[in-house]
Amino acid sequence: MEIKDIEKLAELAKIELSNDEKEGLLKDLDGILSYVKQIESVEVDDILPEYNLRNVWREDEIKNSVFSRDLIINQFPDSQDGFLKVKKIL
Amino acid sequence: MLNIKELTIEKAGEMMKKGELTSVDLVSACLKNIEEKNKELNVFLEVFNDAIEQSKKADEMIKNGKGTELTGIPIAIKDNILITGYVVSSGSKILENYVASYDAFVIKKLKEAGAVLIGRTNMDEFAMGSSTENSAYGPVKNPIDPSRVPGGSSGGSAAAVASGMALGALGSDTGGSIRQPASFCGLVGMKPTYGVVSRSGLTAMSSSLDQIGPFAKTSRDAKIIFDCIVRYDEMDSTSVDFSLSGVGHPIVGCPTPDKKVVGVPRDFLKDGVDIEVLKSFEESLEKLKNKGYEIKDVVMPLLEYSLPVYYIIMPAEVSTNLSRLDGVRYGLRKEGDNIFDSYKKSKSIGFGSETKRRIILGTYVLSHGYYDAYYNKAWKVRRAIIKEYEDIFKEVDFVMTPTAPTAAFKFGEKKNPLQMYLEDIFTVSANIAGIPAISIPSSLSSIGLPIGVQFVGPAFSDESLFAIEKDLGDNK
Repeated sequence: MEIKDIEKLAELAKIELSNDEKEGLLKDLDGILSYVKQIESVEVDDILPEYNLRNVWREDEIKNSVFSRDLIINQFPDSQDGFLKVKKIL
Repeated sequence: MLNIKELTIEKAGEMMKKGELTSVDLVSACLKNIEEKNKELNVFLEVFNDAIEQSKKADEMIKNGKGTELTGIPIAIKDNILITGYVVSSGSKILENYVASYDAFVIKKLKEAGAVLIGRTNMDEFAMGSSTENSAYGPVKNPIDPSRVPGGSSGGSAAAVASGMALGALGSDTGGSIRQPASFCGLVGMKPTYGVVSRSGLTAMSSSLDQIGPFAKTSRDAKIIFDCIVRYDEMDSTSVDFSLSGVGHPIVGCPTPDKKVVGVPRDFLKDGVDIEVLKSFEESLEKLKNKGYEIKDVVMPLLEYSLPVYYIIMPAEVSTNLSRLDGVRYGLRKEGDNIFDSYKKSKSIGFGSETKRRIILGTYVLSHGYYDAYYNKAWKVRRAIIKEYEDIFKEVDFVMTPTAPTAAFKFGEKKNPLQMYLEDIFTVSANIAGIPAISIPSSLSSIGLPIGVQFVGPAFSDESLFAIEKDLGDNK
């Protein structure tokens, strides 16, 4: 792995990293990846879990929400007339 | 004068029922301890200003004969569990001012039971860490020795109970984040079977591993909290509906065998375990033997792969879960030149270094060309580990290991991330397999630091884990 690989990952994750952070991550990831790589040597069949898995559905009904509209709007970093405000995207 | 550090939930509940103690007095005593020690220990990020008001209501409940075992009991809540109207920051700058718009399921249950929510406790950012050194609000100090860490990530919850600031606490456990701090602070800490406690209202870290669980001084106290929060919840799609599942209900209990068999994976304990921890572990084995338990050496060759599997699946889920924190709808927003630039700047300022590390790691293991080698392979090994546990539980009732390889370590002692990750070596497999586990104090080290022992049981054997402590004798 090289610095440009870290930069690519940061771009994918939409995080801005300083040069120091990139170098630190490069070093850390090398260590962590060589540790987790040991699972390559484990021989496993395609075992399926013995769980009793099922889909969880619910009826599409309108229910009274416990959420307070005000509490949610108050969380918006920027808002206008009860709408969330963001930078122009087009 | 009330000695909160010695008082159990069970005892306080009895005293309140008999009218020998009021919740107002009990909560006041905790608040006094907080006032005296929180500056030094950094346990609470916020003490709720309506705690006394809650305790007055609890006293009314008791007076009217409507009290439960938790009515009037001060409980500390980890800062990643939502309480309507209160900030819930997950130990992060990015959510510093985020106010919860609803109650987590477990909070609803505690409120119904009349428990007093006393404050929100400090933690590693987004529950990522084993020492609370990753909190954006400074580390928590271990009340037993403030030069040492309390463990993590639920270090604040553990320290709150250990220092007499609350009688019990809720934490979350993704790879050991309840059990390891319980071990470091001399408490009982329990991670329930995946799906028996709702995750609704828990800030998601790694959704296939996270579980909420209790901290308390005794197993009996931990069980009181557990019994209150273990219910089916339709708001969590992985919540187990016991009426449909056909499995044993963890409160109603699974059959307790007459002779309990404890499995010890000896090969797994060979390397990297502190000598005093091993000694304490052997002493606990002796105590159980004297109580009629059968001790059996077991071979579990896949156990050692739990941690590498964890460090693939967990960051993958972290990178997905935390992608919502982009400064658009809530949390910290730092405007950039365009919307993507705003995302990048917000995350850059809002996240600490461990969070960034895991997001980048997760992005890597999920990226094209590496997905099969890492993420898919990790899931295959995960299934094999689940199977290994299922097979072993045909022979034994519990698997026993130390909770952590060492007692509480000093601040700054773990020099690189991998060293810190190895703290979870014994705890993480229970999360990987989705099965319940408990840490129980076993003894004190030569310098007086608590050491814990861990028991892992089969799925839905939660109840039986609380029954072990009495057979370990008095460890305090």
